[in-house]
Amino acid sequence: MNTTSPFPLIDPHVHMTSRTTDDYEAMRRAGIVALIEPAFWMGQPRTEAGTFKDYYSHLIGFERFRSSQFGIKHYCTIGLNSKEANNEALAEQVMELLPLYVAKEGVVGVGEIGYDDQTAAEDKYYRLQLEIAKEVNLPVQIHTPHRDKKKGTLRSMEVALEHGLDPGMVIVDHNNEETVKDVLDRGFWAAFTIYPHTKMGNERMVEIVKQYGPERVMINSAADWGISDPLAVPKTVALMLERGIPEEQVQLVSYGNALAAFGQSGQMPESDWLEAQPIDQSQKFSGSSILRGGQTPRIDEANTPTSNIIR
Amino acid sequence: MAPRFVGKKKLEITETDLAAAQALRPGFNPTGWTADQTARTLLALSLPHQSPEEYVKTLDKLFATADVNELVALYAALPVLPYPEKLIPRLAEGVRTNMTLVFEAVALQNPYPHDYLPEEAWNQLVLKSIFTSRSLYRIYGLENRRNLKLTQMLSDFAHERWAAGRTLSPEVWRNVGPFVDAAIWPDIQKLFTQPNDTEQQAAALVCAESNYPAAKTMLDTVPDLKAKIASGELTWDTIGEAVAAQTV
Repeated sequence: MNTTSPFPLIDPHVHMTSRTTDDYEAMRRAGIVALIEPAFWMGQPRTEAGTFKDYYSHLIGFERFRSSQFGIKHYCTIGLNSKEANNEALAEQVMELLPLYVAKEGVVGVGEIGYDDQTAAEDKYYRLQLEIAKEVNLPVQIHTPHRDKKKGTLRSMEVALEHGLDPGMVIVDHNNEETVKDVLDRGFWAAFTIYPHTKMGNERMVEIVKQYGPERVMINSAADWGISDPLAVPKTVALMLERGIPEEQVQLVSYGNALAAFGQSGQMPESDWLEAQPIDQSQKFSGSSILRGGQTPRIDEANTPTSNIIR
Repeated sequence: MAPRFVGKKKLEITETDLAAAQALRPGFNPTGWTADQTARTLLALSLPHQSPEEYVKTLDKLFATADVNELVALYAALPVLPYPEKLIPRLAEGVRTNMTLVFEAVALQNPYPHDYLPEEAWNQLVLKSIFTSRSLYRIYGLENRRNLKLTQMLSDFAHERWAAGRTLSPEVWRNVGPFVDAAIWPDIQKLFTQPNDTEQQAAALVCAESNYPAAKTMLDTVPDLKAKIASGELTWDTIGEAVAAQTV
């Protein structure tokens, strides 16, 4: 089965720092033209503020460059994630760094922020960052907790409203069947992470779009250093089309809505990829093979999965 | 923030502007600069700089938190920033970058490396430009910084490529003219036998720049190339442009 999308796609939540160049190639081949990498943790807690600084610099520096080498426009959201907000001494120093980064070009939001264990410290730094987002007029990308999700999701939204944020500027991520209605009813954007093997598989995603429609709904892979699938978006797109969801609806949840939501940053004009320079492979620092600009990479049938279903 | 206020259009540099840039600082050449890059440069120039230590500290912070385009602006601004002699370690760091745009800002159209880099770092800059297929004719002051060590490194590099059945850019030989000796001479002889026109032209140019007796004799055997060199029709720049046109 073919995962190459008939239209361009955006993956609005993917941690490319932990992925390989093979993933970049496959994503581009499958139709992804732009992606958003939220700042998150690294699988283990950082212990120094300097490592945060280097991480943020990496997101706006080398990772952005690396992505461009595969013809994908790389944006990011910058924030202090909830897990590491629990180290208060460190969190204080990270808060001082954030103003250096949130206003940079290509930073399309403050994120991913929110609750994990829903501690007092998480609450404190979540609120402080909502204030930063308001100050620089950027969208907010909310990570909802995996444990006690429903309560955590409701609390995230309540606090955002309490701080005077417009729900249209807030993308609530990692939704499921239990949270989606509350999020949409309150006027927030509802993002869904398509996980392999667990949580939100894409057959369930098809049903959600059938039930709730495409408005303010978007899908992402949240692929990171764990078992995850950087092709979750194109695979889900293929399955939606196969299951009879109209193409314009599929386009909204896999491209249009992410563009509308994060485009409010003013940092993500569609022209960035519609009028992009052809890939200049001479920019590669590896040497030998040269793809000519604009040449379409060969689709290797051997790499095409037999099914687009992620369970 | 700069692009939000001034956009990202390329500057339209006139001959007059170029002359003014030259007068301001020999080798300074903002051709290809964008509006946001220029704004960032002006901001960097407007930092208080009464104290060199404070100024370098502030610059270090800017470099450490810069994105790709900001790095490009900062490195390209080095020739016009105050306390240039204090910024040498910073530039050497720039030579080590893995990001193409940043490396180009460091190496191309920038008089700072020519004026301040020690020989070892300069040689690395040239080698890295060659390894990453940059246009050598866009490196400011290449001829002035030619040296024996670089010539030997390039000769070794040529042998590696030839042994692998591969070619190398004829621009490489721009670095060797005055240092041709008995050890290098066979490389130049080999160049004359290469099928590629630009390689033969490069060999002739090397001979024209060399005082090695065999080179002088060899140049007389290619009178048409010798004449083109004498008339200025054939230069290292024309070879560089030809190579660049082939690789597009």
